[in-house]
Amino acid sequence: MSSPLIIRNALYLGQAVDIAVRGGVVESVTPHEAARRSFPADTAVHEAQGLKIFPSFADCHVHLREPGYEYKEDIESGLRAAAHGGFGAVMAMANTNPVNDNASVTQSMLAKARATWPHGPRLFPVGAATVGLEGKQLAPMAELAAAGCAAISNDGRPVGGAELFRRCMEYARTCGLIVIDHCEDPTLAKDTHMNEGETSGRIGVKGQSVVAESVQAARDILLAEYLQIPVHLAHISCKQSVDLIRWAKERGVPVTAETCPHYLLLNDTELVNYSPMAKVNPPLRTPADVAAMRQALADGTIDILVTDHAPHAEHEKECTLDEAPNGISGLDSAVPLTWTLVRDGVLSEHDFIRRWCHAPAEIFNLPVNRFAPGDPADFFLFDPEERWVLTPDAMHSKGKNTPFLGRMLTGRVKAHWLGGVRVV
Amino acid sequence: MQEKHRFTWPHKDLLDVSQLSLDEVNHLLDTGEQFHEINRRPVKKVPTLKGKSVVLFFAEPSTRTKTSFDVAGKRLSADTFALTKSGSSITKGETLKDTALTLQAMNPDVIVIRHWSSGAAQYLAERLDCAIVNAGDGWHAHPTQALLDAFSLRNHWGRSFAGKTVLILGDILHSRVARSNVQLLTKLGASVRLCAPHTLLPAGVHNWPVTVHTSLDQAVQGADAVMCLRLQLERQQAGLLPDLSEYATTYCLTARHMAMANPGALVLHPGPMNRGLEIASELADRPESLVLEQVASGVAVRMAILFLHATRKDGGTK
Repeated sequence: MSSPLIIRNALYLGQAVDIAVRGGVVESVTPHEAARRSFPADTAVHEAQGLKIFPSFADCHVHLREPGYEYKEDIESGLRAAAHGGFGAVMAMANTNPVNDNASVTQSMLAKARATWPHGPRLFPVGAATVGLEGKQLAPMAELAAAGCAAISNDGRPVGGAELFRRCMEYARTCGLIVIDHCEDPTLAKDTHMNEGETSGRIGVKGQSVVAESVQAARDILLAEYLQIPVHLAHISCKQSVDLIRWAKERGVPVTAETCPHYLLLNDTELVNYSPMAKVNPPLRTPADVAAMRQALADGTIDILVTDHAPHAEHEKECTLDEAPNGISGLDSAVPLTWTLVRDGVLSEHDFIRRWCHAPAEIFNLPVNRFAPGDPADFFLFDPEERWVLTPDAMHSKGKNTPFLGRMLTGRVKAHWLGGVRVV
Repeated sequence: MQEKHRFTWPHKDLLDVSQLSLDEVNHLLDTGEQFHEINRRPVKKVPTLKGKSVVLFFAEPSTRTKTSFDVAGKRLSADTFALTKSGSSITKGETLKDTALTLQAMNPDVIVIRHWSSGAAQYLAERLDCAIVNAGDGWHAHPTQALLDAFSLRNHWGRSFAGKTVLILGDILHSRVARSNVQLLTKLGASVRLCAPHTLLPAGVHNWPVTVHTSLDQAVQGADAVMCLRLQLERQQAGLLPDLSEYATTYCLTARHMAMANPGALVLHPGPMNRGLEIASELADRPESLVLEQVASGVAVRMAILFLHATRKDGGTK
């Protein structure tokens, strides 16, 4: 059990507050210096000096690579990146080796997380929807739920068959889990390396159409409406998809959706020099898509932000575009990058917190800190003005693969407590 | 080559024709004309690049381009070394980066690369000190082919292509030849038309500086030259075409089509030709066909390219 703690003079939604923590939970939040009270002699006092305080964020879409690909990332290093990035909870996808399609893999992941980061960040494994991610046979979802999986997904190898995907949704519902779908028609997306459009046509690279994503988003929406079973759409990237999601929400279809920092900040011209660092799936889209994504995030069509943290070893991106694996290492930089959206007026600070914290907790039933007495004392201090350059050395993930390397970021996580224990 | 050139060649590498100004294109083609004369001599060898080494790194099969560069290098007295995919450690899993660094360690003056990946030539150029000449990368660019095509057309039309219309016919989607030719021909002042079924047209092509057709009968009317592209036969298996005979019926260039083009219209093909599929066999052998002239032009233009890039550090003079 942690010692009593006071965070003094932190800014929460524009107000200077003092936050008292006892027993790992929030005891009180009061206006700064409004009420001096006595605390035990062993109370630790942390002067926040006007830094912003945010409840720890949840990243509901990461790849921690363990078991099987520890050279890219392991649970210890992935959680370290999460802690430094401001994340108190991460949901790790199942495309490990072996695939997380049985309880023993889930349990070993959770054991490793508890052993390496006992106070958090907390790991919530996502179980495979089908055995081996092969899209043939339902995974034992009841077993996965009992072992501690927070959701079900074939992320990375989406289920192409509509009938099987329907059964995934129905059976996951039976097990009390929600399905996260990587929206991608495998036939339309086959062997593609970037967005299909002006740039891909000009530089001679096989492109993936936006329809490859939206046709499957449409399928999922129609199934969700027909079955009245919620579905969560992963890493949405284009205008067509958000138009469909907006339409679905207006009809009351139980659909939620996420997007990533790169779909809000970058477009497919990043690939004009064949940069493997900017290769991601779904691919970076056009400036018009970026504008539509920003609008959809602002109006709530897109419910949550995620990183789709996909670390790779340096040598794996040291190749030509078509040979490079997809993925951006995102945990270290996601909060400063998306803070840009607040600076640009796309999101209010309140909505920024909602997209990164409260909404993910609601969708996936995660622990959440709303700064009410008794809430878990999970929060981080953030300097919204600090300017720093994203370098490999500044990243805590093993994966240094990001197109934002070398860029000046504004805003930085300065300290992080989980359950009242300082982890950063 | 004894005379001093007007300017030192400014480019370390030749990756795509888009990097060249009109003056630089003309300078390169003019240089090619001087070398063209050497190729007609009884003794077709000069000491211009003696002591220089040129690596021919062809990770993708090639007969004419590789041979053309080899002949070009040898006629300038460069030492040429061939490296193919099957003869290299690529088949053992070596990465392009490691292959490149190995080649660099041998300190060549020029590496000519053909590779299946778009951007492969640029990848090497960013990492190696020696000159990189792109001999075709994926679907992206084939600058030396475009330059030799322009060289061949210039022999008939003169330096200005203004008022001329060139039709590029066939698999535009997968064609690095088409992409480079669109850039170069428009730079030289020609109007360019493209013709293919929709399945063989790239995304965004309607924003290129060309007119786009799916009807060959319409596209060929008033053309001054028709450039046929090679159709890779696996396109049918990939689901892009119903069958090859239907393609031939619709898009094979025939004498009937050429009758709709402008009088004296020229026919080009980068080879190798699928006779009867892309181009009627008799048309390929008629006097208007530049197919063999293109091969001869290729040697001259590639001599110019090797000369300009291998001697750039020497001040462009010999």
